[in-house]
Amino acid sequence: MREKFLETIKEALEVEDVEVKLEDNLADFDSWDSISRLSLIALLDENFEVEIADAEFEETETVGDLFNLVKNRVA
Amino acid sequence: MAEISFENIGISAMAGAVPKQVIKNREYTEHFSQEAVNDIVDKTGVEERRFTTEDQTASDLCFAAAEQLLADNPIDKSEIDILLFVSQTPDYRMPATSITLQHRLGLPKSTAAFDISLGCSGFVYGLSVAYAYANMPQVRKVLLLDGETRSKVYHAKDRKTGFIFGDAAVAAIIEKQDNGTSYFSLNSDGSKSDLIKIDAGGYRNPSNENTTKEKVVDEHGNIRTDEHGYMNGADVFNFVLREIPKNIKNTLAFSNTEIGDLDFYVFHQANKFMNDYLAKKLKLDLAKVPSSIHKYGNTSSVSIPITIVDQLKRKLDTPKKLLLCGFGVGMSWATAVINTQKINISTIVEV
Repeated sequence: MREKFLETIKEALEVEDVEVKLEDNLADFDSWDSISRLSLIALLDENFEVEIADAEFEETETVGDLFNLVKNRVA
Repeated sequence: MAEISFENIGISAMAGAVPKQVIKNREYTEHFSQEAVNDIVDKTGVEERRFTTEDQTASDLCFAAAEQLLADNPIDKSEIDILLFVSQTPDYRMPATSITLQHRLGLPKSTAAFDISLGCSGFVYGLSVAYAYANMPQVRKVLLLDGETRSKVYHAKDRKTGFIFGDAAVAAIIEKQDNGTSYFSLNSDGSKSDLIKIDAGGYRNPSNENTTKEKVVDEHGNIRTDEHGYMNGADVFNFVLREIPKNIKNTLAFSNTEIGDLDFYVFHQANKFMNDYLAKKLKLDLAKVPSSIHKYGNTSSVSIPITIVDQLKRKLDTPKKLLLCGFGVGMSWATAVINTQKINISTIVEV
């Protein structure tokens, strides 16, 4: 699931050629904005059937934080 | 549960009006960089929009659409018993804009006229009201006017909304016709009223010198006043994904319709990304999903009927089955499965 999640993040951030790690800070990606959030919402719905509220995005710092949110919701 | 149906009522004519002024979004770089603007346009699909002048209002656009409709169809004005005006950008706080339009269009004093204040769901809601009146034995024709000047609602320095919205209007005639049953599902969730909102300028937070001051509203540096609209795009999208596919499935079940039986699926034009994903999730044949987002942007309640007038002209000359689905500010959402006989669609006028 972790691999699939990281692929999802890379697609949403449009950084397919870059290695994305759980400890990476989301704010460090130039493409992390209100537009890429829409992509991520669609991809999380499609790949995991999971919904993340905007306020939860606001409280999320790292890729790992987001992974934990998704993981808990899938289970 | 507001699932309602009507026998033998339909839309017989439609006409649209848009302002002359074309805003080319990729050239709208006064407040944001070319790169940022291109990113927004690529994602939202809004290449162009129409903006009214400072003096033009939604009722001016509706008047032009209605005049065109009356010119192109053999309609006796005295037969228009009901006039409805759907908008959240009325001319005045009072009186209701529909009543000024009754006079301006030269309709009789015996015409009932009132406004319906809804946004993106407004056309489908307004249509259900028009059907309900047209269903009554004494009513001959209902004139449904739907106009918006969303360009005046959002601030150009707020990138979350500044590139999406535009202005347009549509007029439609609803009357009795031999076309079978039409179905509507009408829904509301006021717990999410702050997802799309203008905070001030009504009677809860009246207009004052503070509410008209520009201010930075988030960490991205977006700027607006409290009297401009704002939108939480992420949660609106979450709402749409949660509610709309479910509502469409329920309405198809209510109307005993297979999804493949429909000739066209006409959605509120929110933005291209959201609409494309919705169509993909519902596994729709994209050839049956008309879109006008590239030309007119998101015109709120007008986006469904302006898409019909712009994209389905001549395609509704013979009987068709349509699904209409509007969703947004409120939150409010509505889906309809309607039969059409022949809708006489006028060419869009520019004013």
